[in-house]
Amino acid sequence: MDFTIFLIQILNSLQYGLLLFLVASGLTLVFGIMGIINLAHGSFYMIGAYLAFALTSLTGNLMLAIVLGLPLAFIFGALLEWLLFAHLYKRDHLEQVLLTYGLILIFEELRSLAIGDDVHGVNIPALFSASIPLSDTLSYPVYRLLISAVCIALAVGLWWLMQRTRLGMMIRAGSHDRDMVQALGIDINLLYRTVFALGVALAALAGMLAAPISSVYPGMGGSVLIISFVIVVIGGIGSVWGALIAALLIGFADTFGKVLVPEFAGLAVYLVMAIVLLWRPEGILKKG
Amino acid sequence: MNPRIALVLKLAALVGLIVFPSFGSSFYTEMVAKMLILGIFAMSLDLLVGFTGLVSLGHAAYFGIAAYTVALLTPKYDPANFWIALPAAVLAAAAAAFVIGLFVLRTKGIYFIMVTLAFAQMVYFIFHDTALGGGSDGIYVNFKPDATIAGWQPFNLDEPLQLYYFVVAALVAVFVFLTLVLRSPFGKVLVGIRSNEHRMQSLGYATFRYKLAAFTLAGGLAGVAGFLYAVLFGFVTPEYLSWHQSGNVLMMVILGGMGNLAGAVIGAFAFIGLQEMFADWTKHWQLLMGGVIVAAVLFMPGGLSALPGRVLKKLNQESKHG
Repeated sequence: MDFTIFLIQILNSLQYGLLLFLVASGLTLVFGIMGIINLAHGSFYMIGAYLAFALTSLTGNLMLAIVLGLPLAFIFGALLEWLLFAHLYKRDHLEQVLLTYGLILIFEELRSLAIGDDVHGVNIPALFSASIPLSDTLSYPVYRLLISAVCIALAVGLWWLMQRTRLGMMIRAGSHDRDMVQALGIDINLLYRTVFALGVALAALAGMLAAPISSVYPGMGGSVLIISFVIVVIGGIGSVWGALIAALLIGFADTFGKVLVPEFAGLAVYLVMAIVLLWRPEGILKKG
Repeated sequence: MNPRIALVLKLAALVGLIVFPSFGSSFYTEMVAKMLILGIFAMSLDLLVGFTGLVSLGHAAYFGIAAYTVALLTPKYDPANFWIALPAAVLAAAAAAFVIGLFVLRTKGIYFIMVTLAFAQMVYFIFHDTALGGGSDGIYVNFKPDATIAGWQPFNLDEPLQLYYFVVAALVAVFVFLTLVLRSPFGKVLVGIRSNEHRMQSLGYATFRYKLAAFTLAGGLAGVAGFLYAVLFGFVTPEYLSWHQSGNVLMMVILGGMGNLAGAVIGAFAFIGLQEMFADWTKHWQLLMGGVIVAAVLFMPGGLSALPGRVLKKLNQESKHG
């Protein structure tokens, strides 16, 4: 493999891994803090992508669509938590699986009713549509670098939020002992709602950012969901840092798998998972 | 429910299944056969979910592996030998469950749910991405397996009616087999693991081995269902092992009330019945199905088979208060 192509694959792996981190971080947070397994998390990614498509067609600009779409996703997440997920905290995992499975079916059909089953493209904003030439024939699109940059900024922001702010402190405390936090006078329901809505917004943002690259198509949520599960399992449930390491690992495994053994590319991700499970059944960074 | 009444009800249901083809059209006979096969599939999952406490979200993998085994064993212009195809399909499914079980049973709770799903997805990609079983297009089973031994044919699966009765017999066999397994000391250990695994370990049981045995057995029985499904429809696609299939069968178990073998079959009937009814009304039937699932979880703990008991309890309470 020549160096330029190698470099491009490295950049692609990083970009894919970081994007997956956005989806998986919400999943692992919601799981680690509220103890909920949410199969519908992939749907939030799909909803984000379709929001990007719909709002871009409306406003003509993806950036504007994201600015409009993010609060919508956040509000949608808060509503959903209030209506449904708040009733699930005390139920067992099996019932959480089923209810969220039912939600997937509902979201997919609503998407089909509202926008249809066609594949749609979303244009990259003109500002970032350039490519950086790497050699005479090869170049790298600026937009992909932008995605990586945004994701890195968000990862740092998430770290800051969790470790350095009062809200983060409450969230971390809430994941240890719900009753104690409540006894200290903190509104735990509001806290949970915020975390859940944050998770939805992160997944939707990942979908919006990915829309121009992957295009927008039915069933896009399902594959992302399962990959996110793999990431959460590898990283250790509830650990945001574990999710970051695992997401990058998966980004590299998948991208290089496609280049080196195209025939079995779909399997690379799961092989990584199987190896990690043999080595550490509870994930790389298991949270207490 | 009184065990004697339950037995009478089961026998009545069996009689109903036996006489059904004389009343229903061939379309409905095939639909009932499909429900019965998925009933076997749901019972096999119930062994894990309802009795051992292992929520597997990847059970379609073993169903699909068995279906693909039949398809791959069937030559292009000849039927496969039934006496080879059925054991091969079941063994392939059980072997896959054994190997995957070695990995997934190292985990517990939510991990277990996610990891079973992920491994099933891995199997899905093996069939979806490689040319092994026709890739994403799937593969035809041109001829139904032939059961002739030494010139004598005990049954002919090419006859729709004989195939139907074969499916009924398979359902009864799996039901009786699982009932006996659950009554055996092995079955008691599984139920013990569900209620408290640590206690079983303290009592000296190597619970991992028991769970692995249950996982393998459930995989093999899912294989029976996968075999029958491939034979009934003569066609196998990667969708048989998709995670939607795993979700649907889990829903059948819950709908019927887990930890109840007859309930699993009822759940399969209810699920497919609803699916067919909704699909008749609208192209967007999954919306209604999703609504039913969400409502069932929110408002109906214990499933359909617990419904009569709950109604009776409620009536009792009201008569006491009144």
